[in-house]
Amino acid sequence: MDIPLASGPMLRPSSWRGAMLLRSQYPDASPICGGTDLMVDINFGRARPATLLDLTSVEGLDSWELIDDGRTVRIGAGVSFTSIIEELSDSCPALAQAARTVGSPQIRNRGTVAGNLATASPAGDCHPVLLACWAQVEVESVRGSRLIDIDDFFLGPKRCALEPDELIRAVLVPAATGPQQFAKVGPRNAMVIATVSFALNLDVAGRRVGTGIGSAGPTPLRARAAEQMLQDALADRWDGSGGVDQSVCRRFGDLVAEAASPIDDVRGSAEYRRHALAVLGRRCLSWALADLGGMDGEAAA
Amino acid sequence: MTVTETPTRITTPSVVDGVGASATRPDGVPKVDGSFIYSSDEYHDGSLWGVTLRSPHPRARVLAIDTSQATGIDGVRCVLTHRDVPGSKTYGMKVYDEPVLAFDEVRYQGEPVAVVAATHPEIARRACELIVVDYEELVPNTDPEMSLTGQVEGLFGGGLARHVRIRHGDVATARALADVVVEGRYEMGTQDPAFLGPESGLAVPLGDGGVELYVSCQNLHLDQQQVADCLGLPLDKVRLVLSGVGGAFGGKEDLNVHIHACLLALRTGRPVRMVYSREESFFGHVHRHPAIADIELGATRDGRLVFTKVRLVLDGGAYTSTSQVVIANGCYFAAGAYDVANVEIDGFATYTNNPPCGAMRGFGAVQSCYAIESAMDRLAGELGLHPLELRMRNAIGEGDVLPTGQPVDGPAPVQEILAYLRDLPLPAGADHEAADMRTRPGGVGNVTRGEGIRRGVGYALGMKAIGFSGGMDDTCTARVTVWIRDGEPVAEVYCAGPELGQGVVTLEAQIARTELGVRTVELRDKDTDIAESGASSASRQSWMTAGAVVGACGLVRDEILARAAAVLGRPAGELTLDGPEIHDPAGHPLVPVAEVLGPESVSHAFTYRHRPTEPVDDERGQGNAHVAFAYAAHRAIVDVDVELGLVKVVEMATAQDVGKAMNPAGVEGQIEGGTVQGLGLAVMEELQITGGRIRNPSFTDYLIPTMLDVPPMPMKIFEFPHPDSPYGLNGVGEPPNLSSTPAILNALRDATGLELPRAPVRPSDLITEPPVEGAGPE
Repeated sequence: MDIPLASGPMLRPSSWRGAMLLRSQYPDASPICGGTDLMVDINFGRARPATLLDLTSVEGLDSWELIDDGRTVRIGAGVSFTSIIEELSDSCPALAQAARTVGSPQIRNRGTVAGNLATASPAGDCHPVLLACWAQVEVESVRGSRLIDIDDFFLGPKRCALEPDELIRAVLVPAATGPQQFAKVGPRNAMVIATVSFALNLDVAGRRVGTGIGSAGPTPLRARAAEQMLQDALADRWDGSGGVDQSVCRRFGDLVAEAASPIDDVRGSAEYRRHALAVLGRRCLSWALADLGGMDGEAAA
Repeated sequence: MTVTETPTRITTPSVVDGVGASATRPDGVPKVDGSFIYSSDEYHDGSLWGVTLRSPHPRARVLAIDTSQATGIDGVRCVLTHRDVPGSKTYGMKVYDEPVLAFDEVRYQGEPVAVVAATHPEIARRACELIVVDYEELVPNTDPEMSLTGQVEGLFGGGLARHVRIRHGDVATARALADVVVEGRYEMGTQDPAFLGPESGLAVPLGDGGVELYVSCQNLHLDQQQVADCLGLPLDKVRLVLSGVGGAFGGKEDLNVHIHACLLALRTGRPVRMVYSREESFFGHVHRHPAIADIELGATRDGRLVFTKVRLVLDGGAYTSTSQVVIANGCYFAAGAYDVANVEIDGFATYTNNPPCGAMRGFGAVQSCYAIESAMDRLAGELGLHPLELRMRNAIGEGDVLPTGQPVDGPAPVQEILAYLRDLPLPAGADHEAADMRTRPGGVGNVTRGEGIRRGVGYALGMKAIGFSGGMDDTCTARVTVWIRDGEPVAEVYCAGPELGQGVVTLEAQIARTELGVRTVELRDKDTDIAESGASSASRQSWMTAGAVVGACGLVRDEILARAAAVLGRPAGELTLDGPEIHDPAGHPLVPVAEVLGPESVSHAFTYRHRPTEPVDDERGQGNAHVAFAYAAHRAIVDVDVELGLVKVVEMATAQDVGKAMNPAGVEGQIEGGTVQGLGLAVMEELQITGGRIRNPSFTDYLIPTMLDVPPMPMKIFEFPHPDSPYGLNGVGEPPNLSSTPAILNALRDATGLELPRAPVRPSDLITEPPVEGAGPE
């Protein structure tokens, strides 16, 4: 009996069009870019892909651009976390902060937001930020391209809305118009999978509040009641005047915790996760409000 | 060949990179630039790959094993089970109870059941999946308290591996003298050695029916014996060569790939490589024993200990490994580095169906130090004394008698060690709002700007024996050869003492330079062709290797001087050897060594022994069991976020007596490394085991400290010469691992006011200020 070690070829398209064609021909192929998730699975024997679709040579994937009159950052699927930290800290501060918490420098040099999305782990570091920013995922196949709202993207643990013939081409993240925060709890001070994480986006221009919760449910979650409560509380105070008292921060944190549906696992108990989310929600809001108060009227308008 | 006393030493001052210098490690640059050959890099033309099939169950009867499908795979060269083990079916460091391959029952999750050799590792892995093992699953016994009964069916000894009793003075009577008594139960989870270089090796079959094994291990000769016994071969048909070891910490004292690789190589007639994956490695080596310690301390109002009572339970898991010795060592030092007249210690090592535990840096004394040092802080609190003051009032000193009845000899500078920590200024409090987030609890997670942070300070003191205790005849042999190359003497040192990363190879060269004045020293590969060196364990290898190398150098020097004496017609006693020249008593050169030796070489072996020890008795645990003692203490500074339970260890100050800093940079490295391993055990390192199953066998979820978790370590290295050892050195590697963990626990207790009865602490253990319990509105 012969065991085929790798039945398919190693696919290395150099153009996006080529990648689309190969994707449609080999729907079972595992796309690989940074490889920081897939190679771990292969090394642990959890994944044995017959075919790899290597996207690292695809022209233009590793760059970002401002679109929509500078209101949105379109981040190519091959842009590394390191590039996000170095180049997007102003336009996407929470995303850059989340990128800082990813793995080690070597992992950040290889890993990408698109890879994070395609793996769709509930613990993916970027996901809470993408939720808080109402990001869109630009996906494409030979059938055409479409934008998936981030709220529709995550379907379950490691399951997402990507069709078998589709690839993520870019992630569209609205540029920050106000304070953003990202915080992540783990039992080590670096290089740790989130026990829980939380992102907050005060969209001053849109007068709305965005949130995202990581590692506390089958998918990344949005804390809708917390968003609504804070929008109401901020009502006419988006210019930073008037101030918001600590009880709002506390209430906000509690609503964030309520939105979570965590489990007990090796990284922490459900009870601890809820507790930590309440703390993160409260603290992130207090920092964001301090930042909001520090903004001048023009920027906040 | 055996000579028992060390020849006189001559130290040549002109030597560069001799003893006492921070000489560069010979393996340093290759390890940094990637050219170093680790055991996982060993290859041989035409080698096959060996892979192990392991039990998925913590306990099951093995009813049948069907290898027919696996054997039929293209590329598979052989599939072996217990039926193919020609010699002893079991092996072990102290007791042969661990099956080479399971034959009747599997007793822990991950126990090897079959091995496959194939042309490609992936073929071998897939062939393993096609081996059909018919298991009858049994309920695993995983509670060590149950095992204490010695009545548990299905476990060796009914579950009890050893009960150690130590009785010193009279605790019952002493109770009346105690003004204050404190009690506590302290638990410790299972730490993994977490070496970065996984178990691996290459077995090469030899034409004469023998086999050569290149492997990473801690004791070539003990391994050789076990391998030969299981292969059914005489010792001279099994040759072991030390390959590059990527860390061990005790976890490579037991065999791993050894017998399997040799069996496959002998069966196929081809060289066989084996390399455990990271996940497999967690199942492929022993762990630090998890512990439960009940401790009771009685003291007078002015803080003098009057009695110490300890009950220590260490769970050894499925097989014996070194459990019986680990529990003894844990008990020897369970009363800490304190002078206390009345002591009762009962230590138990158990068998269960948990993963096997054995040697790990500190060897039982880590667990007992954690317990006694935790209890000492509780006592200090009860007495209203500063924890350091309580320790200084009771610190052991030279001449004090240990609970085992042995008087402490050699330097015991515990007061000096504690005084250093007392006098060291505290670091400034951090301005958390201004500081880089990496300096705060939670690090890059950006979870606090100062909210909830409390600072704590904690101290701990540790003591441990250096070298093998309890009457073991412990030897180390080295051969030194000198010859002339390009007009200059060159020395070769040959000794089997394994280099694990601790730097013994650096010392071998430093010693030869110092003793012979040579500039060039070559180190021969370590193998079993020379007599044994004993294990690189028990903080003993520098001491033992130094003894052997100094001795061999002395014999070589004596012969060179005797030859020079004959050439010069002067008495050898007037001559000295200084590098390339023979000198007269005034230091004037008389004749080049090159001229004395010509084309000949001078070569001598020397076998070193430390002073004899004796076993302790079974009834009261009394006996002069130890060669020497070493001491270290830590002061830990921590910041704790008491709302999230996250920790930043701010500083770990430490002081240790090393006798003689043979290589100061190496000593610092050992102290830093031991401290960090203890830090990991305090705040993050734990194998989570439920129902006998490891839940986190990966570096994703078994966390070890990163650069950001490791604080500055102000350090005082004392050099009080040890009277019995070469150069006055003392063992270094283990003591910093003892007091690090309890110092951090005590600092966390200071910061939070919590009892923290278990290490490592989890974030949820450290929360003192929940704004609300769980979720929900106020």
